[in-house]
Amino acid sequence: MTQMKPQIPDVTNPLVLGIETSCDETGVGIVRGRTLLANTVSSSMDEHVRFGGVIPEIASRAHLEAFVPTLQQALETAGVTLEEVDAIAVTAGPGLAGALMVGVSAAKALALATGKPLYAINHLVAHVSVGLLERDGSDVAAELITDDGDLVPGLGAVLVSGGHTEILRVGDLADDVQLLGATIDDAAGEAYDKVARLLELSYPGGPAIDHAARGGDPAAFKFPRGLSNAKYMGTVESPGKHRYDFSFSGLKTAVARVVEAYEAAGETVPVAEIAASFQESVVDVITRKAVLAATENNITTLLLGGGVAANSRLRELLAERCAAHGIRLVVPPLSLCTDNGAMVAALGARLVSRGVGASSLEFTADPGLPVTAVSVP
Amino acid sequence: MLLLCLDSSAAASVAVVDTTEQQPQILARWETQDTRSHAEVLTPAVEQVMAEAWVTAQELNGVLVGTGPGPFTGLRAGLATARTLGFAWGLPVHGMCSLDAVANDVAALPDSERPTEFVVATDARRREVYSAVYRTERDGGEAIHAVLVSGPSVGPAAELPDLPAYGRGAGLYAQDLPQAVLMPVPGAVQENAPTEWQPNAASLGLAAAGVVNSGGELSTKTSPLYLRESDAKVPGPRKKATA
Repeated sequence: MTQMKPQIPDVTNPLVLGIETSCDETGVGIVRGRTLLANTVSSSMDEHVRFGGVIPEIASRAHLEAFVPTLQQALETAGVTLEEVDAIAVTAGPGLAGALMVGVSAAKALALATGKPLYAINHLVAHVSVGLLERDGSDVAAELITDDGDLVPGLGAVLVSGGHTEILRVGDLADDVQLLGATIDDAAGEAYDKVARLLELSYPGGPAIDHAARGGDPAAFKFPRGLSNAKYMGTVESPGKHRYDFSFSGLKTAVARVVEAYEAAGETVPVAEIAASFQESVVDVITRKAVLAATENNITTLLLGGGVAANSRLRELLAERCAAHGIRLVVPPLSLCTDNGAMVAALGARLVSRGVGASSLEFTADPGLPVTAVSVP
Repeated sequence: MLLLCLDSSAAASVAVVDTTEQQPQILARWETQDTRSHAEVLTPAVEQVMAEAWVTAQELNGVLVGTGPGPFTGLRAGLATARTLGFAWGLPVHGMCSLDAVANDVAALPDSERPTEFVVATDARRREVYSAVYRTERDGGEAIHAVLVSGPSVGPAAELPDLPAYGRGAGLYAQDLPQAVLMPVPGAVQENAPTEWQPNAASLGLAAAGVVNSGGELSTKTSPLYLRESDAKVPGPRKKATA
């Protein structure tokens, strides 16, 4: 099949529409260069509550029904028409396969129908790109771009959500992103959801545990810090296999054992103490390793992204430890930390401005897309 | 009218069909037997089929999409594609049960081979079939239509009524279906054995032409016919250790 790739728009401030469907949020965002014009999100979270976690099939069904209305609303909010859009960007991965395919199918159709170039982009790199945006004339986070348009040197990111726990080094959003560390089992947000269930708290677990932990003693229980012993950490000269990696499944089991012990003894489970101690374990290991990775990789600005960025203790401890090591911490507004289309549009606009080629209409959604693939050809 | 037709309920297919009353015809068509690449292939296929049919979006009168039943992920790829094309082009999007495509092929069989009542079955995986029962009916003129009697539904092939059975689901469970139509039928629109027939966009477009030309209206409902809930089970109460 012969297929003409649409011309890359020759604009410094391209109008880009971004589509995100990698998990349970249907997002359509619209940006002009770095300016945020619309960020419309429809979430199926309420439908997952009774299951205590995101059910991929339910999320995928919700994406299909939400997509066109979300697109329409984003266009109205931004006050632009499809004809005016210079390029379309869509999350190609990583994410839930069935969920990704709804957005990818729709994005391809939109690109064909409008004749606009399509950029299939990486969800994790998009989370970082959101830091580029300006809203109402000021930066949404802090300055991540130098006056000549380059990314600030020494940028890193720690992404913490229900599906991700990663530390990235970002040399260039268009073509130089390195995964320094990641969870080897559960994502941090997933661990929160599972422990919330153990403690009979509500879903999503993040806010529920954050709330329950208030007034609890974070040192009441000594829960394990995953992958933190010498064998996994090694030294700077001879790093262990998991120096910057995370593991939360053992922590979840440790909490379960404590809860069971109280129940077996017929005693009331000390929810606040357990929640605070669990949260301290998660947050301690994330912030410790993020700061370690930053200091050992010349990272001087660290962006926090993902839904767990809403967690009060994570923000507090990360701010404290970054400050102690002279690292500038950047936390975008929460509506831009959780999954959204604006971050996809932001990365798309960056790729357009940098003259990166568009994707073909045949590209495949990739649930395991590595961060080294910022966009898919 | 000119319809861009898509079906992704089994294999993926795209066609441009002219529903004109004198002689409905398929202007261009594309099909794949691959059931696992719908999100990759559908939009490029739309581009190709429209180019082959020498049809632009401005000339189309609507988009028609098979609403299943079919495996969920592939089905959604077709629906997301069709709905988005319709939105972007400002065209109405019509939905039609995908099994109607196979039923239309049965209705188009030569008189001697055409059953009066029959069942269409497609593969629902998990040892089950998606199915619907139709009867053939002559409208005021010469045209023969398939009219839905019951369904669509999902279940084991062994529970289907004892009627001539068409479609790939009938082929997969022919041992349970005494009247599965196993041999190719001369003069049929699909040359392979009727027990291999799959819904396809071209036949769906012709079925839509039948509806329109007999005075009916196409549905603007494009809700997927999942027929099954997601497998997720609401977790029961956690087991508690007791003293």
